[in-house]
Amino acid sequence: MKYAGLLVMPAGFFLTLTALVLFPDSTRRLAFVLCGLAVVAMGLVVAVRGHMPARGASRP
Amino acid sequence: MNATAAMIPAPAMSDAVFALTLALLLLAPLAIAGVALINTGLGRSRSAAQALLGNLALGAVAALVFALVGASFAGTLGSSDAAIHAVGKTWGVLGLGPFLLHGLGSAPPQAQLALLFEFMAVAMAAMIPWGSGADRWRLSGGCASAAVLAGIVFPLAAHWIWGGGFLAELGANFGLGAGFLDAGGAATVHLLGGLAALALVWIAGPRRGKFPREGLSTAMPGHNAVYVLFGCLLALVGWLAWNLAGAVIWLHAPLAALPGTAINTLLSAAAALVATFSITRIRFGKPDASLCANGWLAGLVTSTACAALTTPLEAIFAGAVAGIITPLLVELLEIALSIDDPSGAIIVHGAAGLWGLLAAGFFASQAGQLTAQLVGIAALLGLVLPLLYLLFALLNRVVAFRVDPDGERIGMDLHELGGGAYPEFVIHRDESYR
Repeated sequence: MKYAGLLVMPAGFFLTLTALVLFPDSTRRLAFVLCGLAVVAMGLVVAVRGHMPARGASRP
Repeated sequence: MNATAAMIPAPAMSDAVFALTLALLLLAPLAIAGVALINTGLGRSRSAAQALLGNLALGAVAALVFALVGASFAGTLGSSDAAIHAVGKTWGVLGLGPFLLHGLGSAPPQAQLALLFEFMAVAMAAMIPWGSGADRWRLSGGCASAAVLAGIVFPLAAHWIWGGGFLAELGANFGLGAGFLDAGGAATVHLLGGLAALALVWIAGPRRGKFPREGLSTAMPGHNAVYVLFGCLLALVGWLAWNLAGAVIWLHAPLAALPGTAINTLLSAAAALVATFSITRIRFGKPDASLCANGWLAGLVTSTACAALTTPLEAIFAGAVAGIITPLLVELLEIALSIDDPSGAIIVHGAAGLWGLLAAGFFASQAGQLTAQLVGIAALLGLVLPLLYLLFALLNRVVAFRVDPDGERIGMDLHELGGGAYPEFVIHRDESYR
């Protein structure tokens, strides 16, 4: 899970770059950059959840 | 206020401006000293000497590695860089300057000041994660991570943002305002340091006994609130100098704009402190000293991104938001996400830096500036965090970050240094916290 999240994050960044190249219109560009950031945020959430110790598990 | 300054080509720097900026940069280490004191005070007494020595050692290693290789990749002294040519644009990704600071003496004055600024920045960025690893992170592991940060990751970010890389050129290439703006290092220092702290905490794990099998997390309060609060005062002096020097070097701000930048820095920190003070007073009945210190620092971190770009009212708003989110996110991280961050660096430097960069985009007058800031944030979160995690995870296999359980039990001072910071104090056992 944690590695999947960390792999998704660069995909979100490349989506923001793609938005810059594909959309000259500023509103659409901003919307797709936000979508890219949302993908980055999703990856971060997955990585955070993957690193959370399970409840009741033995911890160091 | 002077957001358009970054679009103006760098003017020749007069002797007076050079002297003033150099003097400001000589005061900037006070910010580093403040953060070092805060890191130390928020850790436990049995690890205090190791914590403060670690701050010094990490800063020293970072400065040396940056001088040897990092400055070359940041490209501050060189005009060439490794760039990708795609879709009709040039995307600068890595500086290719001379190694070992060759040619420093003959570089233009502005480039020399920029390099000095980067030395301060790399030392600060390397120290930020140290507070998050307090009471369990070995000195050797800390120094190794500082070397990686100063040799690879910081130069990459510095080149993208300050060295004419693809983020700096977003304005010229895509008409996005003045390109990604980061006058004081909110991205290259604080967001980078906060992300490094998050990667480290994930890899090293929480302190022993922090998250018991049942119930809430164990409270492990910092051992010296006086260090922490005095560190905040010291940091203010350094931050004022840091933000003013950054405005001159990276935004080419005129001298007349500097008092406004200083006032905005102070207002941002003040608003953040008042907000955190109020939030903790409402939530806990009394204000919390360490959270208030975190709030103050978060306000300063926010100001690094936007003090040179906003009006005083906007600076107050940005600082207040930082002060409100800081205690809430610190609590969320510890209680909901089981992330053990003794110094709060992930929120104070990472989240507040991110908010400052966003605020700079919101308040900027040029069209497209917000988009540029968002692309920069996506680059740091989407590329730099996974890169940091990968490098730290590999490094952890070579130089173990975490001390053995026995070392953690007796304290890092005795284990790593052979003597405590306070030899006449009685050391509490872990069980005394329950």
